[in-house]
Amino acid sequence: MTIVIDTGNHIAAKAAVMAKPDVVAAYPITPQTTLVEDIAKYVETGEFKGEYICVESEHSAMSACIGASATGVRTFTGTSSHGLLLMHEMLHWAALARLPIVMCNINRVVGPGWNIWSDENDSISQRDTGWIQFYCSSNQEIFDTVIQAFKLAEHEKVVLPVMISYNAFILSHTSMPVEIPEQKIVDDFLGEYKPKWKLDVENPITFGNIIGPSGYYKVRRAMWDAHENAKKLIPQIAKEWEEKSGYHHGDFLELYKCDGADYVLLAMGAIGAESKVAIDEMQKNGIKIGLARVRTFRPSPKEEFIKLGKQADLIVIDRNISVGLGGALFSEVKSALYNKSDAKVYGFIAGLGGKDVTYKDIEAICEKAINGKAKESEWYGVEEA
Amino acid sequence: MAIKDLPVEECVLPGSAACPGCPATMGLRIVFKALGKNTIMVVPACCTSVIESLYPNTSFDIPVMNIAFEAAAAGASGVEASLRKQGKGDITVLAWAGDGGTYDIGIQALSGAIERGTNFIYICYNNQIYSNTGIQRSGATPYAAWTTTTVGGKTEFRKEMGEIIQAHHIPYAAQACASYPDDLYKKVKKAKSIKGPKYIEILCPCPPGWRFDMEKTVDMGVLAVETGAWALYEYENDVATFNGKSKLILEKKIKRKPVEEWIKLQGRFRHLFKPTRDSKRIKAIEDHTDQMWERYRRCYK
Repeated sequence: MTIVIDTGNHIAAKAAVMAKPDVVAAYPITPQTTLVEDIAKYVETGEFKGEYICVESEHSAMSACIGASATGVRTFTGTSSHGLLLMHEMLHWAALARLPIVMCNINRVVGPGWNIWSDENDSISQRDTGWIQFYCSSNQEIFDTVIQAFKLAEHEKVVLPVMISYNAFILSHTSMPVEIPEQKIVDDFLGEYKPKWKLDVENPITFGNIIGPSGYYKVRRAMWDAHENAKKLIPQIAKEWEEKSGYHHGDFLELYKCDGADYVLLAMGAIGAESKVAIDEMQKNGIKIGLARVRTFRPSPKEEFIKLGKQADLIVIDRNISVGLGGALFSEVKSALYNKSDAKVYGFIAGLGGKDVTYKDIEAICEKAINGKAKESEWYGVEEA
Repeated sequence: MAIKDLPVEECVLPGSAACPGCPATMGLRIVFKALGKNTIMVVPACCTSVIESLYPNTSFDIPVMNIAFEAAAAGASGVEASLRKQGKGDITVLAWAGDGGTYDIGIQALSGAIERGTNFIYICYNNQIYSNTGIQRSGATPYAAWTTTTVGGKTEFRKEMGEIIQAHHIPYAAQACASYPDDLYKKVKKAKSIKGPKYIEILCPCPPGWRFDMEKTVDMGVLAVETGAWALYEYENDVATFNGKSKLILEKKIKRKPVEEWIKLQGRFRHLFKPTRDSKRIKAIEDHTDQMWERYRRCYK
């Protein structure tokens, strides 16, 4: 084990290379650029022994990953913002074709206007593609999640693509200490990828041809079942990784000081990490509030939301917006609780366009809700923006 | 090589869902004969997504990956990279796409794959329309042709895709026609023997799309070549070599027949002849064809 101090992008590249993918196809949309640049460096140093395809667009990056994965090899790519949006068609394709591609997405604002800071609207817009989605809040978590993602994606009861999202700049370009395990630990943990099916000249099969309504319906149902299986496997795989590496990142939610809490704050990504400071401050002031940082967005941890709703009133901060409805996490938490809990649920939009959300902002949000001054759903900090 | 000397092996299985008289299926038979079973095919949205039949059946005796409309060349890049990594570089990677998926929506991915030197064969079977989707205009549709989106006849001339491909200085490119199976076979065989990106375009006269009787498919391709509406050539190491009747036309050893002889047999050009002969547009077609051949003569010896 070695400790390095490095940025989220460099750590993601390190993790990807240690997982030994056979093919990486990538296009330089920023700020994913430093991720793919690093993989290119690993090609030069010989640490990455796979094929690296510098494609001419993100659409082609995902298409090339699809082609590679369909021949039965481990496949990785990275993207961000408009790149992810351009991939959208192929994200559906990868999931419906049941290809266990692993991809990092750096959460970044969608234009216009051009803005390179962080919000989650890029990946939230891919919610219904069938991909498993994780959101990270530290560089160590990025490393651990990328490694675990390959195991989950390739598990015979899942066989689905996995997206690991993390905030632009706040994580992608910020150096943090990260413990990197020995290569052997990663090798033992992941094992060799053995696909259940592949393009094979010895066994010629046509994949993805025309399918009638009832057949297609079954395909969709099988994807649903795979997500249900993933729910069982995510904690198991995390436990196994913890046993091997000593690190545990794999819960659906990271619970922080929730015991006996009357209020629980829910948030994703870096806001989730910043919230810990706010929780500490509020607890010092005698407020019984805990934090549930949501790290698995798909499959949705509905049951975990219900458990929280039976214990406490919930305050949800979304760094994303479904315009005309509200924050995605807020909508999903409320929908999970319906008929299952009487908890009040407050939704706040905050930090869109990469606007900084400090622990003081988070305290202000929580106190507004706790003091009964918040509407069911509102925007925080937009007046002084 | 005579047709009787082609391999008897068939990878297009009986019972495909192709239209009667389908030139793409004729082309596929020949292409598979030339490539053999050690081939993986990538197919974007096109007629072949139908020809290959409905799940769980298939018309092809080689592995096939279907992919989105614009993604054939990129998907094939991934297949090729993976095979190379696995030490299976002897397997031929074939991208098989229509003219819509090549000239229009797929041109970016194709250009990228060629520029990267991808070791694959990209074949565009060109029926000059989006036929699978219902006969809409593409960048390959000729001037004045009726389609469902050019109801009065197309107002622009088609792209010269071959020249766009040549600008990549590709190791091998060729134009062929479904009506000349021996020529197509030779060109595919040659492509298979060369490393790097290869591009072959097959003119495929489409009976329902061009509005002619299904037994006339072969005749329609022969006339396209004899009138100079389509040229047969190979392009290797920056040198183009015309062959068959196209060579004779290029060298002015024979005069090309008027394109009118070809278009008057196709319902898609009917408005140029009925109720009255549209001399202006017919002349524009002939002039444009002459200009194309003059350009060929300037560029290719």
